[in-house]
Amino acid sequence: MADMKELANLVKELEDQLVSCTRCGMCQSVCPLFEQTRKEADVARGKLALLTGLMDNIFTDPDGVNKRLNQCLLCGSCAANCPSGVNVVEIFIKARAILAEYKGLSPAKKLIFRKLLAHPGRFDTLLDWAGRFQGVFTRPDANAQGTSCARLVSPLLSHRHFMPLSTTPFHKTLPVKGLTTTGSGPRVAMFTGCLIDKIFPNVAHASLKVLSHHGVGVTIPSGQGCCGIPSLASGDRDSFTRLVDHNLALFEKQPFDVLVTACATCTSTIKKLWPSVYKNPSPGMQKKLTTLSEKTMDINQFLVDQVGIEPLEGFFEASEKEIVTYHDPCHLKKSLGVADQPRQVIRAAGCRLKEMTGSDKCCGMGGSFNIYHYDLSSSIGILKEKNIEATGCTTVSTGCPACMMQISDMLGKAGSPVKVRHPMELYARALEKHTQ
Amino acid sequence: MIPRPIQDALQKIVGPQHLLTQKEDMLTYSYDAAVLDPVMPSAAVIPENTAQLGEIIALCHENTIPITVRGSGTNLSGGTIPQSSGIVILTGRMNNIIEINEADMYAVVEPGVVTATLAAEVEKRGLFYPPDPGSMAVSTIGGNVAENAGGLRGLKYGVTKDYVMGLRFFDSQGNYIKTGSRTVKCATGYNITGLMVGSEGTLGVLDQVILKLIPAPKARQAMVAVYDTIEQASETVAGIISARIVPATLEFLDNFTIRAVEDFSKAGLPTDAAALLLIEVDGHPAVVAEEAEQVKALCLKMGARTIDQAKDDAQRDKIWAARRAALSALAQLKPTLVLEDATVPRSKIPDMVRALQDIAKKYRIDIGTFGHAGDGNLHPTILTDRRNKEEFHRVEQAIEEIFDKALAMGGTLSGEHGTGIAKAPFLEKEAGYSSILFSRRLRAALDPKNILNPGKITGV
Repeated sequence: MADMKELANLVKELEDQLVSCTRCGMCQSVCPLFEQTRKEADVARGKLALLTGLMDNIFTDPDGVNKRLNQCLLCGSCAANCPSGVNVVEIFIKARAILAEYKGLSPAKKLIFRKLLAHPGRFDTLLDWAGRFQGVFTRPDANAQGTSCARLVSPLLSHRHFMPLSTTPFHKTLPVKGLTTTGSGPRVAMFTGCLIDKIFPNVAHASLKVLSHHGVGVTIPSGQGCCGIPSLASGDRDSFTRLVDHNLALFEKQPFDVLVTACATCTSTIKKLWPSVYKNPSPGMQKKLTTLSEKTMDINQFLVDQVGIEPLEGFFEASEKEIVTYHDPCHLKKSLGVADQPRQVIRAAGCRLKEMTGSDKCCGMGGSFNIYHYDLSSSIGILKEKNIEATGCTTVSTGCPACMMQISDMLGKAGSPVKVRHPMELYARALEKHTQ
Repeated sequence: MIPRPIQDALQKIVGPQHLLTQKEDMLTYSYDAAVLDPVMPSAAVIPENTAQLGEIIALCHENTIPITVRGSGTNLSGGTIPQSSGIVILTGRMNNIIEINEADMYAVVEPGVVTATLAAEVEKRGLFYPPDPGSMAVSTIGGNVAENAGGLRGLKYGVTKDYVMGLRFFDSQGNYIKTGSRTVKCATGYNITGLMVGSEGTLGVLDQVILKLIPAPKARQAMVAVYDTIEQASETVAGIISARIVPATLEFLDNFTIRAVEDFSKAGLPTDAAALLLIEVDGHPAVVAEEAEQVKALCLKMGARTIDQAKDDAQRDKIWAARRAALSALAQLKPTLVLEDATVPRSKIPDMVRALQDIAKKYRIDIGTFGHAGDGNLHPTILTDRRNKEEFHRVEQAIEEIFDKALAMGGTLSGEHGTGIAKAPFLEKEAGYSSILFSRRLRAALDPKNILNPGKITGV
């Protein structure tokens, strides 16, 4: 391990961003983690102070700071409410990368990120097989959310109600060379995202149905990889950069006007992190990343702002309108400011939207946070589950498959009958009913 | 570092997960929102109840360990910086609203209750807790009481001290002290409640606060007046007061702040205006209508270019969003922001505004001025970069001159942020040496071992 002075110099890269925190402490009012633990090291102000401490070289080893830095959902609630506009998420992601590069990744993470995730073909094959054999270790719970739980008591899985891998991932249903449909208006490319491909393929099918209904021509290149956020969250900027290269090359093959995704996290990663965290981009590369970032949109936003959707209201009697509540994914509302459009899609789908208390409060998933801090993740998730149930809805809708997983787990454990659906699923279902 | 046996004793009181001693955690309790050098404590404890709190204080007294109590650490004068590296007591787990009594209109709360949480609970019952410091979304009642926090409604409704009916606290030896009552009137004993409010943790450690509540106003009317000269705006403030109208809020924004807010939030503010006044009257609907018209006429008479009244809640929210954005908008301009709160008698607002402009020019620094003009409490906000030593030196000189001007006008160094460390060296200028000596003797008598937030208010 290199010495701490060298680490201090590496952290100095962040100095200009770190000094903009005035320590006002307003982040404490919105941090879902701080609400649980009430510890300053869990809130953005504390973590920014710790990074400043690393930069000032006051610690003898980086482990304590590293541990505290990783105890964070990266939900961006702090950044969205920061009076000084500190770009907290970007700072934390870069800091995680600096620390991981300094300390080296753990062997398990190396295996996952370097050998699997960074090689989309290998990753797909492994999970295809896993999807076929998962029944050996888990059993479906026959509940509204369609989750499974472990057949045997497993310390790794705890009491999770996790979403099973789909037996047929979305990419398997596409032509080998990818899908291209014709249409009028703007030409759209679709980035699928791992969770939608492997766990919620129905969201991708629904999105395609909706786009085709509106006469939008779609391109879906085959061989898509992960957007890179799991690698980044663990500080693995190399694997992240490789994934960006891989995906960028695929999407360069065919022209399109807009890149849509139905995954809030993928959209936010492509728009915000691809251009800002890519390792040592050439000027040409930087331009490509910026251009792509500008073209990328959440699918709800695309439908409402660019296509314009007609409410299907008239086709549903008031009495048959389903009560749906909507959860704002952090990566949509706080990161990208998209909040109204998914609601419009839900209303257009003939549902009665009933707002829950704290609809934009983080669900507690936070990607790998859920894996490493399951207890904290669940305490945050339970608040969400209670707010959902208090609306008396029959379905909760949200625009992010990661939130869908967490909310399904929470509802499943509570034995709730509430279903979890993406707005595209609701809208596609309404279109089907409408055409019948 | 505190000795191992004391660490063990603390751990026995609060449980292992509620005693923090690692250097990383200590760093996170070394600062607050004041622009001052951080000092790390040697431990942080998070008690859950009265019994634990009392035991911690008794233990600290026995072993002469300094105590600094911390709520959300948002104060702007360094009151929560543990200057003597003792222990920090965190109030985060003592955050219960014990009682809201609608019949007698009071609330009893633990010190860790967040101000906005209490305000919302009270509002649900048609009652009103008026003090609304800028940090109320995170600040705690304990901190508000300790700092005598103010807010936007000081003009009509007063500040925290006007709502504290009684307190329960531990003295420096861990004895439990009761002062004040749940009654509107109370004439027994010394007014220890009054002494404790604003004492910044130097006389005792709060355990419970009894707060006065009032009926919520039935109607309100917000408006914005636009001025071409800063004098006209500040003369209007003095004019409204001398016309015997008491708005709930009367806020001022100078051109520098207007432009920053507009850049930041695109709220549609007139960037060519020299100043804005944001005014709200509240109370009985008939009175509100009459006063709103009076204020409007007065503003126009004093030379306002335009005055617009909010027609609905959405327009009202827009007006106050612009005011709330002021600090954020200024904070984005430079890395360091020094928020001052020197306060003058309200008739002196025109003089103070002029003095601030001169000071900005004299020391070649950026000062955005906004704030509670109606109660004489402006917030000259200095934008700088602390890493630029030469400029920061000029900032410090400017601050001292702001203090001098405020005092010369019969004002005070701090309207609502407290003395803490930041203003302790200047207190003598305002109060004189004998007042400091009196305070030190009082303190020495009540805290002979000098363990309660040493170094604050009265200096060493």
